[in-house]
Amino acid sequence: MQTHPKKRIDLIIEMPLLRRITERFDKAGVSGYSVLPIVAGRGQSGEWSAGGQVSEVGQMAAIICIVDAGKVDAVLEEVFAVIRKQIGLVTVSDVSVVRPERF
Amino acid sequence: MTLTDLAAQNLLSPMVLFFAVGLFAAFAKSDLTVPEPVAKLLSLYLLMSIGFRGGAEVAHHGLTVQLAGTIGAGILLSFAMPFVAYTILKRTSRLSAVDAAAVAGHYGSISAVTFAAVTGALNQLSVPFEGYMVAVAAAMETPAIISALNLARPHRDQPASGNGNHVWREVLLNGSVITLLGALVVGMISGPKGLATVKPFFVDLFPGFLCLFLLDMGLVAGRGLNQGRKYLTASLGIFAVIMPLIGASIAAALAFAIGLSAGGTAVLMTLAASASYIAVPAALRLALPEANPAIPLTMSLGVTFPFNLLLGIPLYIAVANAITTPH
Repeated sequence: MQTHPKKRIDLIIEMPLLRRITERFDKAGVSGYSVLPIVAGRGQSGEWSAGGQVSEVGQMAAIICIVDAGKVDAVLEEVFAVIRKQIGLVTVSDVSVVRPERF
Repeated sequence: MTLTDLAAQNLLSPMVLFFAVGLFAAFAKSDLTVPEPVAKLLSLYLLMSIGFRGGAEVAHHGLTVQLAGTIGAGILLSFAMPFVAYTILKRTSRLSAVDAAAVAGHYGSISAVTFAAVTGALNQLSVPFEGYMVAVAAAMETPAIISALNLARPHRDQPASGNGNHVWREVLLNGSVITLLGALVVGMISGPKGLATVKPFFVDLFPGFLCLFLLDMGLVAGRGLNQGRKYLTASLGIFAVIMPLIGASIAAALAFAIGLSAGGTAVLMTLAASASYIAVPAALRLALPEANPAIPLTMSLGVTFPFNLLLGIPLYIAVANAITTPH
């Protein structure tokens, strides 16, 4: 089957920022994304668990989106305007898709 | 009733004992959990119940000058206490200016659960309090955030762009504020007659639901303390106990000046003594992202909340009784 190269952007962000990020995705023309809750993890500040949090403040979410290579910079600029000083992680990787018109 | 009697009655109440069970389970690393949607439902129920009953009381007694004065005093407390807290923190701890401002903001705002706990304790003691204290609680949630941001401003690099416009909308439309004020308005409109129709749900079940919620809060506070213990230096631990007493003392003086009842005075003192762990952290993660969120959360949830629940509330009720009883 023929595949097509695209870029996958993975974000791990603080849950309170979720709506802002998805609004920025809309602004950058991202056609779709998926949001996943994160159960627990460990970072620079040590271990944490969503179970021990009283509200969404201490919780994290993962967002995955796949875009055309030409859009990556625009998406990252929008995202960084929001998360520049926040806790989290941003990665960009190469992926292959079978239906390129969707991205 | 003496302070010792009040403290004993409070410590042996089912609400506090269930909180202690939650704390024990967290410290013992038990797998006990209250499912998150249940905890959210309980929180919603408690806020609705408090708001509705307060609204019905306001409808019964009407709007008064004292009501406006008490709301004004609450707003003043919320604005001013972060400055007191910040000054103490800068002199007694090694926190950065931004972290100190964030902690100060938490201590200027209020904890709705502590508010629920003091109303539960007053109901148990059959001590009436002004129903409009619900509106005072809602009014005290946000001014502290403005003070915290003002305290932090000179010490910040350029703020992150893109968050500011959203922050105030979310702070002012915060779910707990909307629930509390919405229920207050519903209670005011439907009045004591409306309250009578929902009494089995909003009044009779309140203590039982509060027990369940405090069990969860014990778990959350204990686990929060376990996770954030490394941030809790001796000076911050002492601050988390002393600051509630300072806030309660200032509130007692204001309540005396306004002429609040013993119950109303105890509620205002408790509000001033409590520290936020929901509304302020959420706002500051967006508006002050440089601040470490674990420091104020560990202090407010792990130390101040248990302190108020176990010892503070009976103390505030005893002081309120003493200063409002004519000699």
